[in-house]
Amino acid sequence: MPEDAQRAGPYSLAAIARPGGLAGLAAIGVVVLCICAAFAYVAGWLSPARLTPDRIVDTFEQVNGPHPGFRRNHAKGVCFSGYFDSNGQGARLSRSVVFRQGRTPVTGRFALSGGLPFVADDQKTVRSLAVSFRPPGGEEWRTAMINIPVFIVSTPQAFHDQLVASRPDPATGHPDPAAMKAFVASHPETARAFKMIGASPFSSGFADANYYALNAFRFIDAAGKVTPVRWSLASTEPFVAAGASGPGTDANALFDALAARVGQGALHWRLVVTIGQPGDPTSNAATAWPPDRAHVELGVVTVDRIEPEATGNCRDINFDPLVLPTGIAPSDDPLLSMRSAAYSESFTRRAGEKKPPSAVQAAAASKAG
Amino acid sequence: MSTMRAPQFTPLSRLLHWAMAAAVLAQLFIGVGMVASLPGYHRLVRIHEPLGVLILVLVAIRLVNRLLNPAPPLPEDMPAPLKFAAHASHVVLYVLMFALPLVGWTMLSAAGYPIVLYGPLRLPPILPRDVELYALLRATHTVLAFALFATFIAPLSAALMHALIFRDGVFPSMASVGTLRE
Repeated sequence: MPEDAQRAGPYSLAAIARPGGLAGLAAIGVVVLCICAAFAYVAGWLSPARLTPDRIVDTFEQVNGPHPGFRRNHAKGVCFSGYFDSNGQGARLSRSVVFRQGRTPVTGRFALSGGLPFVADDQKTVRSLAVSFRPPGGEEWRTAMINIPVFIVSTPQAFHDQLVASRPDPATGHPDPAAMKAFVASHPETARAFKMIGASPFSSGFADANYYALNAFRFIDAAGKVTPVRWSLASTEPFVAAGASGPGTDANALFDALAARVGQGALHWRLVVTIGQPGDPTSNAATAWPPDRAHVELGVVTVDRIEPEATGNCRDINFDPLVLPTGIAPSDDPLLSMRSAAYSESFTRRAGEKKPPSAVQAAAASKAG
Repeated sequence: MSTMRAPQFTPLSRLLHWAMAAAVLAQLFIGVGMVASLPGYHRLVRIHEPLGVLILVLVAIRLVNRLLNPAPPLPEDMPAPLKFAAHASHVVLYVLMFALPLVGWTMLSAAGYPIVLYGPLRLPPILPRDVELYALLRATHTVLAFALFATFIAPLSAALMHALIFRDGVFPSMASVGTLRE
């Protein structure tokens, strides 16, 4: 056999058929198989139960039904532009250029939570304000906030499970109250969060609402010192509590009121950071920090123009909360990476779909004069 | 098989080859893993983007090096179809190693994502924001990545065939650390 192999040359079948050749072939098979199996494992193909960005977005689609071209959550919204005037106080806490004294242009989006792009406005619906700060030099800071002071869950699994519990029953078209009750019963942090959210009344509109980033972040100053923070936007409008009634006759009442208000003059929100102390949890968005924590006002966000979603404006921005400038870094909150991953998946899906016009249209276009 | 002496790749060629083999394999695993992971997503993206830029720089250096220091010829008695397969898989590999980082850069540009290199350093966008184009490029990036994984497995199997079965000196021409003894 070895003689045959030598006569036939190293590339013949006889060379492979040598005892050593067969062993070699088997070894190659094992190596290739191991690499392919490791690849499949990392890709999640061997673990269909793993909670992935795909599955989170799939669940949104199951809960809300298919709405191609729209965000899978916070689907109904309107764009704005304006600016942020930094008072320079933030520079003590973060080396980000956004916090140097001066003005940074901003764009952003007001929206209703939920994945229904044509849902009727309701004062009881959780609302969001997303902002993109664009300082000179190519950096960017994106933040997406909602008008409740704490989030209702603290882990990706709990987030997914409460989404499943809120799925409408095909028979009634409404979520099964028993499912949500069971979820809250098994998640004491959610019960506590609901209690805290219910303790203060909702505002009647977009303009008089305060918006909270919920997740903790880390500010890093010029010397590298790290400060745990949570930020929020506090409205300067007079607060009007939400009425008891449900949606009225105008399906876009909240958006129309916002546009009308900006048409009369610019709106302002104070950017406030809460300073965490050692021991304050940074990985739990459902737990508030003690109320005596110091607050620092970093400046004012001004909204002076509202326009409907269209090609190239806020419609095409993914308000990924981990698009951060130097000087702001993520905390250990697991919801941050989850949000970044799921937003990205939602963005990728809707990017390739035909985009119907938003429910919020002509009445929305207004500019503070 | 002391009679099987093949000319070697230059030390620079060998260094580039193995550095890139490690970088590309790591990048493929990071890429396929990050889109399937919620807790690891952000950290892996932060590695994936600068590593892609590094691979793009390395493959450019490698192409110039390859033109200046051509590969040693394959053994004369290697059958023509095998030689063709060796050359073709290298061409495909080079094309993909250029294409994947470039598609990644253009797709993130079209999506309007800042590409973080290190600290405040951002890679400038090379396309204006265009989400339809982003969707197309994003799908292309995935297809090319699976193609690269396949073309990575092919030369790996081939190299092992040379080392374990053909024993024709092709494997040590790239794999030996020092110079081959005459």
